[in-house]
Amino acid sequence: MTGARVTASGWGWRHAGRARPAVSELDLDIRPGERVLLLGPSGAGKSTLMHALAGVLGDDEDGDETGELLVDGRRPSASRGRVGLVLQDPDSQVVLARVGDDVAFGCENLAVPRAEIWPRVGQALAAVGLDLPLRHPTSALSGGQKQRLALAGVLAMRPGLVLLDEPTANLDPEGVVEVRDAVLRSVEASGATLIVIEHRVAVWQNVVDRIVVLDPVGGILADGPTDSVLSAEGERLAAAGVWIPRFPPAPPERRGSPDTRGEEVLLSADDLAVGRVPFARKRAVVVAHGLDLAVAAGTATAITGPNGTGKSTLALTLAGLLPPADGRLAATDALAAGLGAAPHRWRSRDLLARIGTVFQDPEHQFLAGTVRNELAIGPRALGLGGAEQAERVDALLHRLRLDHLADANPFTLSGGEKRRLSVATVLATRPRLLVLDEPTFGQDSRTWAELVRLLAELLDTGTAVLAVTHDEQFVTALADVRLTLVPGTGPASGHSMSNRSMSNRSVSNRSVSNRSVSTPGVSTHSVTTGPRERAGTDAS
Amino acid sequence: MHASINTLLSDSQTPSMPGKSRVLKWRVVDIVVASVIGVASGVIFWAWGLAWSPLSALLAFTPGLEGLLAGGWLFAGVLGGLIIRKPGAAVYTEVVAAVVSMLIGTQWGFSTLIWGVVEGLGAEIVLALFLYANWRLGVALLAGAGAGVAVGLLDTTFTSYAALDIGYKAVYFVSAVVSGTVLAGLLSWLAVRGLARTGALTRFAAGRESGPTDRARTVSAR
Amino acid sequence: MTPEIRPSAIARVNPVAKLGVALLISCALMLSIDWVSAAVALALEAVLLAWCGLSARQFWLRTAPVWIAAPFAVLTTVLYGQDSGAMLFSAGFVSVTEGSVSLAFAIGLRILAIGIPGIVLLATTDPTDLGDGLAQVLRLPARFVLGALAGLRLVGMFIDDWHTLALARRARGVGDGGGLRGHARRFGGLAFALLVLSVRRGSKLATAMEARGFGSDEPRTWARESVFGVRDGLIVTIGAAIAAAAITAAVLLGTWHFVLA
Repeated sequence: MTGARVTASGWGWRHAGRARPAVSELDLDIRPGERVLLLGPSGAGKSTLMHALAGVLGDDEDGDETGELLVDGRRPSASRGRVGLVLQDPDSQVVLARVGDDVAFGCENLAVPRAEIWPRVGQALAAVGLDLPLRHPTSALSGGQKQRLALAGVLAMRPGLVLLDEPTANLDPEGVVEVRDAVLRSVEASGATLIVIEHRVAVWQNVVDRIVVLDPVGGILADGPTDSVLSAEGERLAAAGVWIPRFPPAPPERRGSPDTRGEEVLLSADDLAVGRVPFARKRAVVVAHGLDLAVAAGTATAITGPNGTGKSTLALTLAGLLPPADGRLAATDALAAGLGAAPHRWRSRDLLARIGTVFQDPEHQFLAGTVRNELAIGPRALGLGGAEQAERVDALLHRLRLDHLADANPFTLSGGEKRRLSVATVLATRPRLLVLDEPTFGQDSRTWAELVRLLAELLDTGTAVLAVTHDEQFVTALADVRLTLVPGTGPASGHSMSNRSMSNRSVSNRSVSNRSVSTPGVSTHSVTTGPRERAGTDAS
Repeated sequence: MHASINTLLSDSQTPSMPGKSRVLKWRVVDIVVASVIGVASGVIFWAWGLAWSPLSALLAFTPGLEGLLAGGWLFAGVLGGLIIRKPGAAVYTEVVAAVVSMLIGTQWGFSTLIWGVVEGLGAEIVLALFLYANWRLGVALLAGAGAGVAVGLLDTTFTSYAALDIGYKAVYFVSAVVSGTVLAGLLSWLAVRGLARTGALTRFAAGRESGPTDRARTVSAR
Repeated sequence: MTPEIRPSAIARVNPVAKLGVALLISCALMLSIDWVSAAVALALEAVLLAWCGLSARQFWLRTAPVWIAAPFAVLTTVLYGQDSGAMLFSAGFVSVTEGSVSLAFAIGLRILAIGIPGIVLLATTDPTDLGDGLAQVLRLPARFVLGALAGLRLVGMFIDDWHTLALARRARGVGDGGGLRGHARRFGGLAFALLVLSVRRGSKLATAMEARGFGSDEPRTWARESVFGVRDGLIVTIGAAIAAAAITAAVLLGTWHFVLA
């Protein structure tokens, strides 16, 4: 099996119902076995090109094609099975309910004889390092495992061209490495041509031969060996939002000294256990317990740790959206402002000016038909007057560069715009505590920098920020306190890191006995610690 | 910049854009989205079935008004038909919904499947009479009514309502048709319009009728 | 949503055969409203239940809708059923007669006899196996069977989505209050949001499936063969026998009452 050759001459595509072509005037030649990183600002048509190469753009009903795009000299739609595509969203790629069936799906469609399918399935699963029974339910897989499963499904088809469209954007750092290494192992073995789209250049920089940069106005902006393209175009790409290691986004300025921050505690948890009540059950399944923390005004707390340790559940509990499964969670008078101490008992409207929550997927939060109405929902629920509402909305539209989108439907925005809007909706009611779940997931460097700058400004005005994140850069840029959740497999000792004035704690869960040994590494600068934590002081 | 503004205008003026050649063959995206709508509707059917017992008990003291509840099982077909716009979409979506509710478990067992087929046909026939070319509100209401007629006939012939006196049967039948028109016809039409505005239907003709979806903002963005 | 399936004699039967059994019994019973056919079918089904491998808890949980529905249907029929025989009670629309009471008894039995086998057979069926059977044994179009199967897999996600959407509404300040109307409005809003999410997911899933060669007109192979064997044929025969026994008994005892007559 050999790699496929890709040629484009004057190729372009306009999606049905769109005025502008997504891609136009594209000329490209990729040799068999080459490994290409495809870059370009958002809206440059990278995904459209990938879909076209995979032959899934559709026909006349879906859009208009110009020029010619060929894989091994044939139209992609005529070379089924020669090309395999892995997409960004892990949840939307699993086709069937069992691991074995899902991998076999592509082979079945290509009419591979039954006797040959199962050996191929075994090989593909081995190639991506998924050692699971064939009947294992696909719903039980983690994000990284789902992406490797999708890759296995593609590999089992024995493609000559492997296309990856931001395959790791929604994964935690371990997941990213898992998937990338699985890709490399398998293309190495098969000699297939590889084309990858990825905002985060560092992940692929050292393993691709060539970088192609698409121009949003048509054609190609730059094309050549990795290093030369990065040194020639790096700065321009970084400005357009691509993560280039040599041009990291500037860290935000923070006013005030770390020592004076956080004197006013807003929310404190004592031996807190968090969990959700599963569908059609009565009791919550605890995912993390024995948690102690205090959130103070003007400080940023980062909650980190591997998937499945209950970070999101903890954030939702602290945000007053889920009741604690056990232990104590209390808002101080500074936050509760006259209400009871248990945030989950507050009325929905009472949360608005106290605790704001930004969900991982902005689409979960959208309620209105236009961006402007979306922003007005919170102020209206607070009972503010029309003038005050309009003033807040206009200010936020401007501040988050959403002015020109005021009348657009929130669901039609780009990923970065959706993220900015979801943060803006929460800011509209000026909460004292802001809880964010993976705010920087899948964002380009421009949105990232804007977001971090905005949060830094909020912190300086005394708002408390609490974020669940996998993003080390984000933690470095903002966090005053870091809370690391670790799985209950063993005590988390000696987990230390030094970073500005960060206090650093590991909280183990699933095992009560770990609690006593898992509270090392609280820095002397600790600002939000309760008495119990100070006992374990151990400068990092 | 000028060029893109020009294309924007000229393109939005060409009426050829959406239905230049009406393709009646199902694409993969048609099948999968119809299935997903069917599955989601099936879950709602099931929940409606649970709510139905107490609700119909309330109505059990009225003569035949339980028919008003029938619309809760009719919207899937009209919704699927209006979104997919291909022959068979109403029947397919309604049947998938029926099967899913049956898989989760309803008190009607396998007869759910038969009901699904007939209710779907009720809506499908109306859409077919308009040659799969008219998707206005009136047609949606008629399709809902068609499904209502289908379920009205089935229920008053084969279910426990068959044991009712003829007058009550008539009340039941009419209330089923009204329910189908409102719950299946009107609500589905509103849902499709709302969906189109969210941009979720860009791959369907139903989502492209309001002109180009990338608006002038893509021009102003650069 | 996927049933927890325990190994049992019934669970090993080809789903298509189970479908056949349930359809045969349902159709036969639907043709008549009388207590004999329903009672005979119900009694014979009860014997079969012994092999279905469902625990008592699963059985009652699964069939709960039937047990709830039956009394209400009985009530409606008692009050409004076709009247005959001696009048027992009458007020306004309501008239209870000996005829409507015996009709109600028949209706109650019929709902149980039609409902229970369907639920029990499905509780022992994996959707994937059902899909295999529908496409390979019944030769339904593979594109549609697999499309439906892929859509079904998204159900589990809908439940998580629903939960998250509800929490997000609470966070946005519109999660409670408003009384009954507020509840109805929130429910409508959540249902619509779920519809948007599911259509988007569906579109993405379609792309992923096409990228794996799905959807062409060329024939495809099946990694697992769905076999319709002697045992499956036997099961269908038993189903047919139950249907026939129910009808025969009713006709012989003179209670058969054809619905269209």
